[in-house]
Amino acid sequence: MADYKMHMLVCGGTGCRASESKKIRQNLDASIQANGLEDSVQVVETGCFGFCEKGPVVKILPDNTFYVQVRPEDADQIVAEHIVKGRQVKHLLYEDPTKQEVIADSKDMGFYKKQVRIALRNCGFIDPENIDEYISRDGYAALATCLGDMTPEQVIDTMKESGLRGRGGGGFPTGLKWQFTRNSVSEQKYVVCNADEGDPGAFMDRSILEGDPHSVLEAMAICGYAIGADTGLIYIRAEYPLAIDRLKVAIKQAREIGLLGNDIMGTGFNFDVELRYGAGAFVCGEETALIHSMEGLRGEPTFKPPFPAVEGYLKKPTNVNNVETLANVPVIINKGAEWFASIGTDKSKGTKVFALAGKINNVGLIEVPMGTTLREVIFDIGGGIKDGKKFKAVQTGGPSGGCLTEEHLDTPIDFDNLLSVGSMMGSGGMIVMDEDDCMVSVAKFYLEFTLDESCGKCTPCRIGNKRLYEILDKITQGKGTKEDLDRLRMLGNVIKDTSLCGLGQTSPNPILSTLDNFYDEYLAHVEDGRCPAGQCKALLQYKIIDDKCTGCTLCFRQCPVAAISGERKSPHFIDQSLCIKCGVCYEKCKFDAIEIV
Amino acid sequence: MSKIKLAEHVIETVQAICAQYNNEEGELINVLHGTQSKLGYLPAEVQELIAKELDMSVAKVYGVVTFYSFFTMTPMGKHPISICTGTACYVRGAEQVLEEFKRQLKLEVGKTTDDGKFSISCLRCVGACGLAPVVMVGEKVYGRVSPQQVRKIISEYQDGCPSHAE
Repeated sequence: MADYKMHMLVCGGTGCRASESKKIRQNLDASIQANGLEDSVQVVETGCFGFCEKGPVVKILPDNTFYVQVRPEDADQIVAEHIVKGRQVKHLLYEDPTKQEVIADSKDMGFYKKQVRIALRNCGFIDPENIDEYISRDGYAALATCLGDMTPEQVIDTMKESGLRGRGGGGFPTGLKWQFTRNSVSEQKYVVCNADEGDPGAFMDRSILEGDPHSVLEAMAICGYAIGADTGLIYIRAEYPLAIDRLKVAIKQAREIGLLGNDIMGTGFNFDVELRYGAGAFVCGEETALIHSMEGLRGEPTFKPPFPAVEGYLKKPTNVNNVETLANVPVIINKGAEWFASIGTDKSKGTKVFALAGKINNVGLIEVPMGTTLREVIFDIGGGIKDGKKFKAVQTGGPSGGCLTEEHLDTPIDFDNLLSVGSMMGSGGMIVMDEDDCMVSVAKFYLEFTLDESCGKCTPCRIGNKRLYEILDKITQGKGTKEDLDRLRMLGNVIKDTSLCGLGQTSPNPILSTLDNFYDEYLAHVEDGRCPAGQCKALLQYKIIDDKCTGCTLCFRQCPVAAISGERKSPHFIDQSLCIKCGVCYEKCKFDAIEIV
Repeated sequence: MSKIKLAEHVIETVQAICAQYNNEEGELINVLHGTQSKLGYLPAEVQELIAKELDMSVAKVYGVVTFYSFFTMTPMGKHPISICTGTACYVRGAEQVLEEFKRQLKLEVGKTTDDGKFSISCLRCVGACGLAPVVMVGEKVYGRVSPQQVRKIISEYQDGCPSHAE
């Protein structure tokens, strides 16, 4: 590599690319050249920095200056001021919303301070399309160690001792899974990487593949060595074009220098990786469904046993691991199982990546040690609730998880703690909600998703969830009864107990957890015909306050369905039977004379 | 003559894609991906042809096409509008944005306008949650969209040329 004095890292993740980060990179490059600095300053397009809220992000090394919300036209100024004159561009620096102070160094930002990055170690740091940068950060050293100095059994023992558990949602011990597949006797075995990230609102797997694809390839090769497989398959969503491109580049580069293919590093070990495309089916995150999909079939799950470790892809023993799980593997080999096991809680070791989103100041991708509390994540890293509103709930685990409240905020996050309070880790989606969010509507939203994604194979999931949805819909329309709440609970539990796969077994969780934690809100809907959050349209009434109405006729003229009547200069009246609750009158009134009840 | 009524070049395209995957049944999903990326959608006639090429039943092909949300049997509009309905976008008001698109274009989700210009679809999480709610028109991403901006976004494409905006 050339001897650059400075590096300008430009985020090339999907979020920042959507805000023209590619153009920023081009402009920076042009500006560097115009100033004749191309030999001393390098512009690098990296993977996701995680701080999506403030994207596009540009970071300057070695001084670690972190520029946020950069626009392509800012490129010249950054180069002219920061690079040439050594002065920071003040208006592009991050301002802490709570303390109102400007922070230039990312290390000092609340968002990064409490994070420990293992799976995301290279994201936002290296050029994912350059294998040399990965290698310079200990890349493929773990594979070399395994092939050169360790037996497959030792590799598996290391994974077991590390305590690493599957990050895709199940939390199954990774070492044990490898052991099962190794124990199966067969000439052909497969390593499958599950990159079918379907939880709406979780994007950690995509970010890892986009920002550090080689870590996954290396881990797959290590797994192949441990279990005795020579073929790896990555099952990836077709909706992730950038991740697919970067993987293709990475596979090609690894093959070119002999880190994939035959006789890797002269050890006689053969391993190669191919891509398989998903086509948009949430249930394919379930490993048996995923395997069927790879075989060209409908992605319907089948009964276990036989487990994929015994009979998987093309009826051969198959080990399926999630992207984030794999991204941890090379580090565990390099730094040792003991080191990894020293991070985290008693039964959940290491870190977990979360996609923090919703009504929170710092939307983004974060990685924290297991055992960090929800409060630390939401208020310290996430910067608290948007627009100064009040925290109401946090939803973890996506459509399979539950909504937790204020009282759970000090729960240390790990697999077992989240389960015990009625939610789950899931793949790591974390959606924060404020006082304006109606919990019944949120439960309905998740159920609508499950309905859409249920494969239809087993009855409890196919029909049961439909009935749950209908009851919820009835409640949000103001037609629910108290008996409906009991019905929701009973049916929910039946679906949990009787569904075939993880999708059905967890689909009632959003309802059951909101029933537990927000029962009053359900009661308000069914008993008082009221939506406390003011979100269920059918339960709202717009009323004119006689004392405040000046009779200006503005609302009368704006109403799209002529539901408002009244004479000029005398109070108006809304006919509730005609009102479609569009809210136009409420927004337009200049005298605050319209109230929502 | 077979009862399949497809233009000669379409038949050749599909056959070439099937051949690329050795006409293997197990490669059905790859074949469908390849075909949809060339033709834009997978009408019944094309599915019949694929079934014939891969020597499998049309019902199986149809079963797979309808199982996965990525595959579509209706052609998309010239400017396909996709509204992200992932959770992050939902809690930041994606539903109201979707309603406004439906109202303005008088169009249901999954349908295409009569002039073939616009189609509306929902997608689950494009991963730009920092920009929620997110709308995509073709490849272009619009972030932090409010219902009030919908008319302007549509008008950018109304005359077929983005530069004619308002």
